[in-house]
Amino acid sequence: MNVSDKVIEIIAEQAVLEPSDVTLDSTLEDLGVDSLGLVESIFAIEEAFDISIPFNANDPSDSDFDISSVKTIIAGIEKLVAEQKS
Amino acid sequence: MNRVVITGAGTVNALGHNVPDTLEAMREGRCGIGELEFRDVERLSIRIGGQVKGLDAEHHFNRQQMVLYDRFTQFTLLATAEAMAQSGIEFSGELAAKAGVVLGTAGGGVSTWDDNYRSVYEDGKNRVHPFVVPKLMNNAAASHVSMQYNLKGPSFTVSTACSSSNHAMAQAFQMVRSGMSRAMITGGSESMLCFGGVKAWEGLRVMSRDACRPFSANRNGMVQGEGAGIFVFEDYEHAKARGAEILCEVIGFAMTSDASDIVMPSKQGAARAMSGALADAGIAASDVGYVNAHGTGTAANDKTECAAVADVFGPHADDLMISSTKSMHGHLIGGTGAVELLACIMALKDGVIAPTIGYEEQDPECALDVVPNESRDAKVDVALSNAFAFGGLNAVLALRKI
Repeated sequence: MNVSDKVIEIIAEQAVLEPSDVTLDSTLEDLGVDSLGLVESIFAIEEAFDISIPFNANDPSDSDFDISSVKTIIAGIEKLVAEQKS
Repeated sequence: MNRVVITGAGTVNALGHNVPDTLEAMREGRCGIGELEFRDVERLSIRIGGQVKGLDAEHHFNRQQMVLYDRFTQFTLLATAEAMAQSGIEFSGELAAKAGVVLGTAGGGVSTWDDNYRSVYEDGKNRVHPFVVPKLMNNAAASHVSMQYNLKGPSFTVSTACSSSNHAMAQAFQMVRSGMSRAMITGGSESMLCFGGVKAWEGLRVMSRDACRPFSANRNGMVQGEGAGIFVFEDYEHAKARGAEILCEVIGFAMTSDASDIVMPSKQGAARAMSGALADAGIAASDVGYVNAHGTGTAANDKTECAAVADVFGPHADDLMISSTKSMHGHLIGGTGAVELLACIMALKDGVIAPTIGYEEQDPECALDVVPNESRDAKVDVALSNAFAFGGLNAVLALRKI
């Protein structure tokens, strides 16, 4: 499973949706993932890829990790996987 | 001052997953204590307990709830659902704005601490689930009850070791009696039956390896239990106006501190709590027909408690019945007073006195009618429920038939 599919699977589980209902342009708000759901998704993604995500729940916009849509999240994860696994 | 009645009761414990099953087990003198089942139990020297078995949590709670609910919260929510259904009370508007939930627990989410310490220390993981803190905090159960039932008034958790539930219920009682609230959810919950929880207790060398035999001369210690007891305490007039079934009346309480020793009980502290509860209720010692004992089955507690009862009740001590249901469900630590309140309700409402099972040999230092081994039919008008905690913190409730 590639990064994109896995991230979508994790977000879909949080949103209690089918992965097919999660599009690249969806925002977490669209999907009904609240702040606790976001923190839990980040944990699940870290576990799945064995990476560390620089995310501060106190101020998500301050983090060097863009959560504005599923697409930006996947791009962020791909970058982190490449950096931390190289 | 307003009269306070109990209009709903719920429980999960080793004797049953609801009140009717629990009371039936108490009537039959059944023992809920057995072999403990959890990871690493073979590394313990104490391997028995009043463990709740056959409770399929995933059947009751969805995935999102499961990641937030420690076992002590699960017990609490299941018991609350039963109590709320029986009471039939609904919290909205002004009633909800002032109604709250006061619960007791000694350890809170002990198995959540245990699982996650194991994960980072033993398994060497460097990351834990983000909800560890909201799951393990001692007030998690109270908060989830408040969210589920729209309780917007005073809500908090009391932690006074083995008296936690009685202290909590005393608070709820005061709030309804004073008119601060028309109704409160109260009781307590505990779930320490995991490797670390039992290992800690083992260290004190007060645990029995075979059975809890309160007041029996051959008693050899306490046995831990787990579970929850939850009640709806309600203003009598409010309950009557809506036609609610009333289980019994709460008529008084007292809390005392021994101010002497961190683990050894004090006869004076226990006696002051019992006589204080009688005074608060405005009743005579001779009115009391049944005392649900703290009765842990340790050498220290049982003889101290019996001596205190003799002091408070004088010659009437020989006429009243005193039993320890811990012999059946184990010692639920912070939840114990709540589950034991069910035995008081059974005595008052059904006229059935729960026995002290496992009683084998008379102890001259516990020479009271401990209702040995078999339940008894008896008419009781007033009952006391004792709880005496480590740290010397005592809380006694007085209840009356209605």
